[in-house]
Amino acid sequence: MAAKMLASALLVEGKHVASFPMYGFERRGAPVVAFTRFDDKPIREKTQIYNPDCIIVIDPGLLTLPTLFTGLKPESIFILNTAKKVYKQPDKALKTGGLVNATGIAVQEVGRDIPNTCLLGAFAAATGWLSLDSVLKSLPEYLSGDILQRNLKSAERGYKEVEVIKW
Amino acid sequence: MVIKHKNIFKTEAPWSDANQKMLALDTGSWRTERPVLDKALCNYCGLCAIYCPPQCMKDMGDHYEANLAFCKGCGICAHECPKKAYTMKPEGDFTNAG
Amino acid sequence: MQAKKGKISVMMGNVVAANVAKLCRPEVVACYPITPQSEVAETLSGFVADGSLDAEIVEVEGENSAMNVCLAASVAGARTFTATSSYGLVYMYDAILQASGYRAPVVMVNVNRETPGIQAVSSGQQDMISTRDAGWVQIIVENNQEIADQLIMCYKLAEDFDIQLPVMLNYDGYYLSYLNEEVEMPEQADVDAFLAPLKNQPQRPRIIPGASTGCGTHGMEMGYVEARYKHWAAMDRAKKKVDDIDKEFGEYFGRSYGGQIEEYRTKDADIVILTSGSAAGTAKTVVDTKREEGIKVGLVKQRLFRPFPEERLIQALKGKKAVGVIDRSLAFGWKYGPMCAELKVIAPAIGSMPILSYIDGLANLDITTPHISRVVDEVNAAAKGKAYQDVTWIPMEEV
Repeated sequence: MAAKMLASALLVEGKHVASFPMYGFERRGAPVVAFTRFDDKPIREKTQIYNPDCIIVIDPGLLTLPTLFTGLKPESIFILNTAKKVYKQPDKALKTGGLVNATGIAVQEVGRDIPNTCLLGAFAAATGWLSLDSVLKSLPEYLSGDILQRNLKSAERGYKEVEVIKW
Repeated sequence: MVIKHKNIFKTEAPWSDANQKMLALDTGSWRTERPVLDKALCNYCGLCAIYCPPQCMKDMGDHYEANLAFCKGCGICAHECPKKAYTMKPEGDFTNAG
Repeated sequence: MQAKKGKISVMMGNVVAANVAKLCRPEVVACYPITPQSEVAETLSGFVADGSLDAEIVEVEGENSAMNVCLAASVAGARTFTATSSYGLVYMYDAILQASGYRAPVVMVNVNRETPGIQAVSSGQQDMISTRDAGWVQIIVENNQEIADQLIMCYKLAEDFDIQLPVMLNYDGYYLSYLNEEVEMPEQADVDAFLAPLKNQPQRPRIIPGASTGCGTHGMEMGYVEARYKHWAAMDRAKKKVDDIDKEFGEYFGRSYGGQIEEYRTKDADIVILTSGSAAGTAKTVVDTKREEGIKVGLVKQRLFRPFPEERLIQALKGKKAVGVIDRSLAFGWKYGPMCAELKVIAPAIGSMPILSYIDGLANLDITTPHISRVVDEVNAAAKGKAYQDVTWIPMEEV
């Protein structure tokens, strides 16, 4: 869902985009990884991403995965859902870190631990690849009414409160 | 390829009309014996028509007769007839149909 | 004529399929959910719930019933739609054979997933391969826009009076089913107009309540032979029809895909890669990269899997120096992948050249750009006379 929202936001920004998840059995709680590409030209590759420019980790429990940072391009960006404000460089390929307590913000603004929209805001701020405006414009496609307002707030807070670190 | 076959079906898929002769299948030709009715014993009760599996009994007004195009010669009519009016006779006795 | 435009938004492959199916106005829909097709069934149910799909939705307990409902409705004259994958596809196998034998123009989406045997919930084209002799037209597409456009063309093809065949639209599970990409969704009025000519054709026979005509009478001896011959001939005619419809679609909507095959940079190519589905998109980027390195390589994307696009392939490949075929499936009993084995049948017509078979992309493992790059290099070397392997299982050669 987060990958789809990101795709919509990038489309608002005027980019071509292709995003898909990979998972096995369809059930709640199963590990999911999603791959998003965007460009000024149409995207033709339909493969997983082996050399990402950015990695977003929504569940900090996944930080124990030994292959998490494999293949990252040099000077890539790391967005992490964490309450920490300071973080040691986890991998030498990472140049920029975006730390945001997306779970905390989501619980406050949305009432549930659904940190997706908050992370989108943080992603936009830390990478500079798209504007907050594009993120906010894409959300009404998925949400409406009170829940939309809450998520708009969550995304905006993610954008404003993300701690951007340069390593 | 020179095609000499004359089409049986007018349509692309094998459509046919059940009121017409069933295509290529003369199912009566499987018979080894056929039911022969003694009209004097028949009381027109209709049980043979009810029991006939291919439902091929023709209502003749005062008795029933098997439609030999479809009768398989199973003998159920003869078995069920309360008047024992049917006798199953070997097909060999009938060199001409009907 | 100005090409008809539509609304552009980011949509998921399965959602695209359901939305376009709705635009084609099916009259009877029977769909059972299965990963990775579930969103097709769910979205259709949503349309019924909100009243935006005016169709008879039959809730079935399994895919076998789903296909039986569709084929029966089709034989009664209705336009139908269903979708399935893998286990569902093989569960409806006898009904699939019935549908083509009855020449019922059912249109079905099959989201490619590996077949039973090894419990895989993953992408792979084995399910399409396992039904290749079912007598259906089978087409496979590369991206979400092509799902949308081809589904409309599928109805145009299936219901063509000259064709009357069921059509299966395949797209890769995960890679396309869950892919969010921008898609231009055609307008309802334009889809109606594109499919409208179908109503002006002679009417195909149909089951009418109370009437004594029916389909599928026992074909014994020549009855059977004649029916099979007509089916065989219709499949042969379907090839050119796919090209014609693609051209017509291009004139109407401004997008076309080459019909039976798409040829990418093949005209002056020395060597060609042949593949299908989402991997073809990735392959196009590799072709561009290799071209910059000076290798004259082209790509043929096989869109029509059944019937086998013999004439178009001969035209595209004749005189080339070598071909590499990347199959996302297996042909049990053959050394080569299915598309490769079938290509080899026309080897005499395309000229003596190395034809290399590659098996890759099974069970959610990617056909990556390095893989395709390697294929191009090896095909290139073979074209120059170097020794080559007849068949390579790319994943088996990795650590």
